[in-house]
Amino acid sequence: MTDPTDKGGGPGDVFVSAGTREVPRIAETSEGAQEMAPRPATDPTELRREVGAVLRLPEGTVLNTGDIDIERRDDETMIINMGPQHPSTHGVLRLMLELDGETVLRTKPVIGYLHTGMEKQGEELTYVQGSTNVTRMDYLSPLNNELVFSMATEALLGLEMPPRAVWIRMLMSELQRVSSHLMWMATNGMDLGSTSMMIYGFREREMVLAFFEKTTGLRMNNNYIRPGGVAADLPDGWQDDVEIICETVLARSFEYDELLTGQPIFRDRTEGVGNITAEEALALSVTGPILRSTGVPWDLRRAMPYLAYDQLDFDVIVGTYGDNFDRYSIRLNEIRESIRIIRQVAEHMPPGDYRIQDAKVTPPPRARIDESMEALIHHFKVFTEGFKVPEGEVYVAIESPRGELGCYLVSDGSSKPYRLHIRGPSFVNLQAVPLLLRGGLVADAVAIISSVDPVMGEVDR
Amino acid sequence: MSPADAAVGAAAPSADVQDPVVPVPVAPPPAFLPAVPRSAGSGGEEIAFPDRAHYVELVRAYRNAGFELCADLCAVDYLSHPGRSLPDGVEPERFEVVVNLVSLSEKRRVRVRVQVPEAEPAVPSLIEVYPGVDAMEREAFDLLGVRFEGHPDLTRILMPEDWEGHPLRKDYGVGRVPVQFKEAPGPR
Repeated sequence: MTDPTDKGGGPGDVFVSAGTREVPRIAETSEGAQEMAPRPATDPTELRREVGAVLRLPEGTVLNTGDIDIERRDDETMIINMGPQHPSTHGVLRLMLELDGETVLRTKPVIGYLHTGMEKQGEELTYVQGSTNVTRMDYLSPLNNELVFSMATEALLGLEMPPRAVWIRMLMSELQRVSSHLMWMATNGMDLGSTSMMIYGFREREMVLAFFEKTTGLRMNNNYIRPGGVAADLPDGWQDDVEIICETVLARSFEYDELLTGQPIFRDRTEGVGNITAEEALALSVTGPILRSTGVPWDLRRAMPYLAYDQLDFDVIVGTYGDNFDRYSIRLNEIRESIRIIRQVAEHMPPGDYRIQDAKVTPPPRARIDESMEALIHHFKVFTEGFKVPEGEVYVAIESPRGELGCYLVSDGSSKPYRLHIRGPSFVNLQAVPLLLRGGLVADAVAIISSVDPVMGEVDR
Repeated sequence: MSPADAAVGAAAPSADVQDPVVPVPVAPPPAFLPAVPRSAGSGGEEIAFPDRAHYVELVRAYRNAGFELCADLCAVDYLSHPGRSLPDGVEPERFEVVVNLVSLSEKRRVRVRVQVPEAEPAVPSLIEVYPGVDAMEREAFDLLGVRFEGHPDLTRILMPEDWEGHPLRKDYGVGRVPVQFKEAPGPR
């Protein structure tokens, strides 16, 4: 009895069963005529030789792990420098790797190449201008940066947003998550050698960005979510645009399954690579998909709901092993969950104001300026002087595509933040890179860096 | 798997099948938190104000009480805003180190604010309690010049290594580059 799907197990398995052995075929190859036996007829010696050939070992040699001398002297390791201009480091991340042969021993991420002092600049800009500053930190999910800054400002002001503003914010935040994860799928695919995935990811992301352009006027760095609401109402026909995005991206996410999820090369490069346990992740303050890949169901949208996430039905995706493949699956499935959320938001979008009708933070409508001197003065004041925020300090956190995005805001009662600190998830998650790389191959380093999904604009701020 | 676990697994084969979704089991011992001034934040979260001597002890007590994650650590320079509101018994100093802790099991946050004097801007490092504060303490040192005693690698992280000064201090100017626009007329 020979099962044609049986790919054989250990070297002790018997591959040949009497009576079923077929007549060997002769195949013409570039190296002459070669005898090819059907796969079930491959005997263990031949199989081992094949595996040895794949591993580029000399024929017939089987590596005995007991022969490797682990106790090597220190001077046999070498330190190499990867980046900051390495194309696979997602920007300007520089890694110093200590290698023993091809095995990574120690890693030190060196950052700061993109540091532009945005926290210092945030202290020089009013709260009205502040969202144009923070939006440039995590440039793959700018709307989330604006959201956390606006929520922190509103917490200090003690304002509650009108329902439509809240739901528009949720809609945009989830669309941003879809686009950010698509971008990650694209670059991760490229890092693993799948250039088709890169093209596909960018193609789908373009649809989301086109909707952002239609709504906010800009593809990125939108300055759309502002303290007091959002800058503009959704455009006419937005339901159709959103539904087309949902339909297309959802259908294509199953194409990614065909392209990557079941593909043997992709799985070999990701499964069991870059493992981290839940204890290690928590100790290193790692959040987001990396923490969830270890099985900890920690998603701020569920655990500490903000906006109106407690009124929505969605699942928190968790992994089991904490390896690259789990992080890939989590992000792919989070795209689908976000689409579920977007559809619910589109269905239940409440009517009403898209920004708070509080004369303190909201400028008067444009039409009023032509007829009212007070409105003109008020408008001028809001945009030059800004509004004053009561003294206090607040820490607000949201779930960005990369983890906990926090904003610690201190106000001294003036119209500018006294201290603006952004807790960037990429900055903290980078601490896990040495742990993830340790003991792995240098060839896997690129895949592991990619699976952490660092955005250097947010790391360096 | 340790030998003890293996023995358990051998005795009861079903014991090693664990639900992978369960988070890290942290058995919170009876919470014994040092008495320090406290207040409540705008979100209802607890804010504790230890002095430097009880800072690590308090954070360790929070860690043992089930706050598994240190979400954030940053420093603030209160040079030009000395009159901020603090609870009774807390002497305002120029610097403040702010630590945000999260309890995953209880889904709640706590904030620890410790006053750091200008004359000796140093606090003990939390790296023994939360290894994840490594980069955050380096950032606070780099940008505000607060030293974290006991940190194994307290070097600049964002600024160049040879940079002088700490940019997020309030007495550190923003710096401006004069911009000459193309069509701007010269001075009259």
